Amino acid sequence: MTARSLQSGAPAGERAATTPSLWARIWHNDAPGYLFLLPWLIGFLGLTIGPMITSFYLSFTDFDLLTSPDWVGANNYIRMFSNDPKFWASMRVTMFFVVFSVPLKLAFALAVAMLLNRGIRGLPLYRALFYLPSLLGASVAIAILWRQIFASDGLINKLLAMVGIMGPSWISNPKTSLWTLIILSIWQFGSPMIIFLAGLRQIPQDMYEAASLDGASKWRQFVKITLPLLTPVVFFNAIIQTIEAFKSFTPAFIISGGTGNPINSTLFYTLYLYQEAFGFFRMGYASALAWVLLALVSVFTAVSFLTSKYWVHYDE
Amino acid sequence: MSDATGLTVVTGAVSPTRKRLTSILIHVALLSASVLMLYPLLWLLAASFRPENEIFTSASIIPSSWSIDSYIRGWNGLRTGFGTFYLNSFIISGLSVIGNVMACSMAAYAFARLEFKGKNFWFAMMLMTLMLPYQVTLIPQYVLFRQLGWVNTFLPLVVPKFLAADGFFIFLMVQFFRGLPKELDEAAQMDGCSPWRIYWKIILPLSTPVLATAAIFTFIWTWDDFFGPLIYLSEMKSYTVMLGLRTFTDSTGESDFGGLFAMSVLSLVPIFLFFLFFQRMLIEGIATTGMKR
Repeated sequence: MTARSLQSGAPAGERAATTPSLWARIWHNDAPGYLFLLPWLIGFLGLTIGPMITSFYLSFTDFDLLTSPDWVGANNYIRMFSNDPKFWASMRVTMFFVVFSVPLKLAFALAVAMLLNRGIRGLPLYRALFYLPSLLGASVAIAILWRQIFASDGLINKLLAMVGIMGPSWISNPKTSLWTLIILSIWQFGSPMIIFLAGLRQIPQDMYEAASLDGASKWRQFVKITLPLLTPVVFFNAIIQTIEAFKSFTPAFIISGGTGNPINSTLFYTLYLYQEAFGFFRMGYASALAWVLLALVSVFTAVSFLTSKYWVHYDE
Repeated sequence: MSDATGLTVVTGAVSPTRKRLTSILIHVALLSASVLMLYPLLWLLAASFRPENEIFTSASIIPSSWSIDSYIRGWNGLRTGFGTFYLNSFIISGLSVIGNVMACSMAAYAFARLEFKGKNFWFAMMLMTLMLPYQVTLIPQYVLFRQLGWVNTFLPLVVPKFLAADGFFIFLMVQFFRGLPKELDEAAQMDGCSPWRIYWKIILPLSTPVLATAAIFTFIWTWDDFFGPLIYLSEMKSYTVMLGLRTFTDSTGESDFGGLFAMSVLSLVPIFLFFLFFQRMLIEGIATTGMKR
């Protein structure tokens, strides 16, 4: 603003600034912004919006990558919901994973954050140690390690053998295989823990002092002060972790060797989608799967935001 | 609040010995939790240095004898050596860092500092992409890159970074840029500086913390990325380290656990080095912005 009015100090410039052509005005006002935005804009249109529209179209076709797509109406969606047990299996697995891994991970993260927030010595060291698994955990190497830990001759069973227990093969037992992945997810509680810790720091200490003078127990202080004031952080962590859990792919792929077995017990939704798209080249069907995933994530996000006003405490 | 009258004494005036005891108990809890969490990693490290016949007989984290045989065997365990995979991973991650920092900081500068028509609309669109599961764009993107002849090159993995495809980093930088005093830009503008010069000479130099955080996270996430290389790289000579590891589990992994573990450890080394030298920056980055991993 200031620069423009200064530049137009000369009489000729004055006229140009008051009655400029439409294009000159656009060039002067809007062009710099759009020039800086250009790379993102190209990416957004070419790699997000364009593909989204295409993918929506493909979800109504039988596209197989090699021949041109034929319109099949809503058949993909109908088949998915009425005649595809694998779809329902993958849905169950993903829901189970989300419902158990996210709350457990967050509870663990909050518990450790509260222990760390008591002004203990060595905080930076503990924080770093607890954070390390979060940083490494997404790696293929960790998934390989996990597969070994829970194998029938793996680390867990070796430890159990020391106390005389014969452990099962956790990975190849459909009752426990998904839990190994849930444990892997909980193991990476470090990053929500750091966010909780930052949130806990924001709570004024004198509130606790006042409460304990009033005789409120530690538990009451937690329920009445800590938790309400922390709800924005809980909300944020829950959203992020849930979306991440829906998108999780690598551990299930590595641990089950890309199959989702035993008997589909680790067939994450993303893994099923990958198999359909790049294993069987049923790209139309996989597109429909992707849109159902988007619908699922959107509904979850919308519900969270809509209900947030009832339980998330925003001061201001 | 009457239910806790008994505790008033305890919380109100804690005796020094009791305080000390609590503190010791907390340290014991935290220490055992740390040990439990790090034990798998230390065991992996130890296993990679054990002689092959000892790998599965011991749960200890100190090998009885040290050997680097697994590393030598693992390094050349596949048709293409891990040296090539490392080079590929470094090229892809390095280019991704350059692209992401450049493109995201430009977009963030536009959102945080410039005025233009439709800004709020585009900003909302950018926020929307943060929530979008990548599966929704995956197949058309694949078709597009295939038609361009980019499959089995690094381009599908790198070019999106130059187009600021990860909105998360834009968001991160917008937050930071907004915190810089606006007077700086205005003064420079009065001196006749173009937006480009302001971006390059004022904003970027003042933003090294956030740029470094973005660079490190981009490197780590690209290094770790498995899905992208899995669908776009099909020839072994263009594999990344993660893809190499996966192939290792398929082909020789069942027979050569030592080699597999050694290469697993090596694949984590670059990430661990970042952790070692920049952990403060990483942790602060997460704490202030609430990063996902």
